[in-house]
Amino acid sequence: MPNIQMMLKKALRYYDEVLRQAHRAEIKREIRDEDDLFMLLCFSEMLGIPNPVSYYTLECYPVMVERFHEWHLRMGMEKSPLDGIRCCC
Amino acid sequence: MSAILLAVIGILVFFLGYRYYSKFIAERIYQLDPDYVTPAHQFNDGVDFVPTNKFILWGHHFTSVAGAAPILGPAIAVYWGWLPAFLWVVLGTVFAAGVHDFGAIVLSVRNKGRSIGTLANSLIGQQAKLLFLFIILILVLMVNAVFAWVIANLFITFPSSVLPIFIQIPLAIWIGYYVYRKRGGMLAPSLAVLAVMYATAIIASQIPALHIDVVSYFGGEGTTVLFGLDAVSMAFFVWIMILMIYVYIASTLPVWKLLQPRDYINSHQLILGLLILYLGLFFSNPEITAPMTNTTAATPWFPLLFITIACGAISGFHSLVSSGTTSKQLNKETDARFVGYLGAVGEGSLALISILAVITFFATPADFLNSYTSFAAAGDVGLGNFVNGAAQLATGIGIPESVAITIVAVIVVSFAATTLDTSVRLMRYIISELSHEYDVHIFTKKHPATLLAVGSSAALVLLPQGPQGFGSGGYLLWPLFGTSNQLLAGIALLLISIWLKRQGRNYVYTLAPMLFLLVMTVWAMGQQVFTEWAIFWGNDPDLLLFIFGAIILGFALWVIFVSLSILIRDNHKQTPLDMN
Repeated sequence: MPNIQMMLKKALRYYDEVLRQAHRAEIKREIRDEDDLFMLLCFSEMLGIPNPVSYYTLECYPVMVERFHEWHLRMGMEKSPLDGIRCCC
Repeated sequence: MSAILLAVIGILVFFLGYRYYSKFIAERIYQLDPDYVTPAHQFNDGVDFVPTNKFILWGHHFTSVAGAAPILGPAIAVYWGWLPAFLWVVLGTVFAAGVHDFGAIVLSVRNKGRSIGTLANSLIGQQAKLLFLFIILILVLMVNAVFAWVIANLFITFPSSVLPIFIQIPLAIWIGYYVYRKRGGMLAPSLAVLAVMYATAIIASQIPALHIDVVSYFGGEGTTVLFGLDAVSMAFFVWIMILMIYVYIASTLPVWKLLQPRDYINSHQLILGLLILYLGLFFSNPEITAPMTNTTAATPWFPLLFITIACGAISGFHSLVSSGTTSKQLNKETDARFVGYLGAVGEGSLALISILAVITFFATPADFLNSYTSFAAAGDVGLGNFVNGAAQLATGIGIPESVAITIVAVIVVSFAATTLDTSVRLMRYIISELSHEYDVHIFTKKHPATLLAVGSSAALVLLPQGPQGFGSGGYLLWPLFGTSNQLLAGIALLLISIWLKRQGRNYVYTLAPMLFLLVMTVWAMGQQVFTEWAIFWGNDPDLLLFIFGAIILGFALWVIFVSLSILIRDNHKQTPLDMN
């Protein structure tokens, strides 16, 4: 009985993955674009845009810096475009 | 003759094609290497390039390529009798579509997962890229017009199907929010929505007050409503306008909000629809009542058959899916045979059941001939005959005919709507790309590009005059759709042939279907343009069809000229196609 349940669960997972596959990459890209925008808003003061909540967003710095590094590489910039973020000196 | 026998023969040939022919192609021609590092591993970025299980990838490939087109084409082509349509679907799938879909994946995998358009650019140059974009642009324009007509026609013929379809839209948006904002699963809610849709279909099929019958709202057939237009023309106009507004919104929204949940629900319908029809066929064991060949057909089957059935026998659109997404997710190169060839076989099975549904629907051969009186009439009545024939098959598993008609109409509308959503979105991207090339900045933006896509599609679907007047002649564009689709397939097969030639392999297995397709395309289009649609001397003059036909014919001749010159003069130049 547990075997049948396991097989059924596996079959449903497979079926779900098949149907999600069609738009998986496009949705990941959309989510990534939203994340990029959020990340740039967090660091907006470094771009010269006043940020009223920078006290809090700066706390995210250690978490975001890795993602920022991925972002500027993805955007075709070998080195960090912002002086304030020295992810790849 | 029993329809089951024909289905068994068709499925057996598909099986033999996959078991032996695709194996031969994989081992001797494409020479697949299980140790080859596929782009999915080489460039794994978690977004576009992701190694994926071959069963999942096959499911994705099949659901992406199967839609309303492999239903409509065969339903029209049975005009010449069931034998020509059956042979072209079965043999076309085995010797052309399978090799084409499979080859497009292999070619792309061997070239860093690049798309067919980019590969054409590398091989022939910038001109090829633009030609390729224009051919796809014409193809998607035809798709938009034809499928808008398909939906409007089904809404008018089967008004009980309207409510279930419109209920799906808000529920799909809710699923999108539920999944991406509340982090819920998609399977259970989508099945619940499908149940709601079918429950609505059952209720609507029994209660005439729930039929959204626009023709009767305008006073019924024959009533003149506005500017000399009768009720049917007005109904076509109203539905096409509503559809165009809907696709404008659907194709500009983020994918997760509407497109993905709708596709997800509609994929259930594809699987369920195939299951119902094949089970219905085996339980009801119907006899074939249509003639084997229609000796009274005024329009000869050769070469028009080969552009009437595109999807279901071979379709160039598949090369866009094969090289655009599938190749980037292939885990092992040897999986290409399973995913590509069997994906084409899946679509062939859909076309096969479409043929069987229509040729078993009529009580006698005379009824069939009364319905399929001419090739133009076949275009007009084919879809309705499929819906009625499929509903008759569904009665074999105990579904009442009136309910089955509504459910089959809902399934076909859903397929057509999914295709329309995707196609308008694709057209928007192509308009933006072409606008970049020609520095027309306004159309590089999302909304102007979508407006142009939707506006031109609406104009195109409304222009051809059908027997029911304004807006009812969208089916007349079907040969143009078939031609541009086959042309794209011809280009993909050309690129595969050149690659094989440069590898020093036997390329006759891709060259033969390529030449066959291109010759048939030019022959059929030339015949239509110069003997049917020509303005001064044609049998059925039509300026719009003549212009589009002439453009596509020009593209086809250009492709043939380039193909032959490259294949003859190719000196193994170092291009991306040489890379292993």
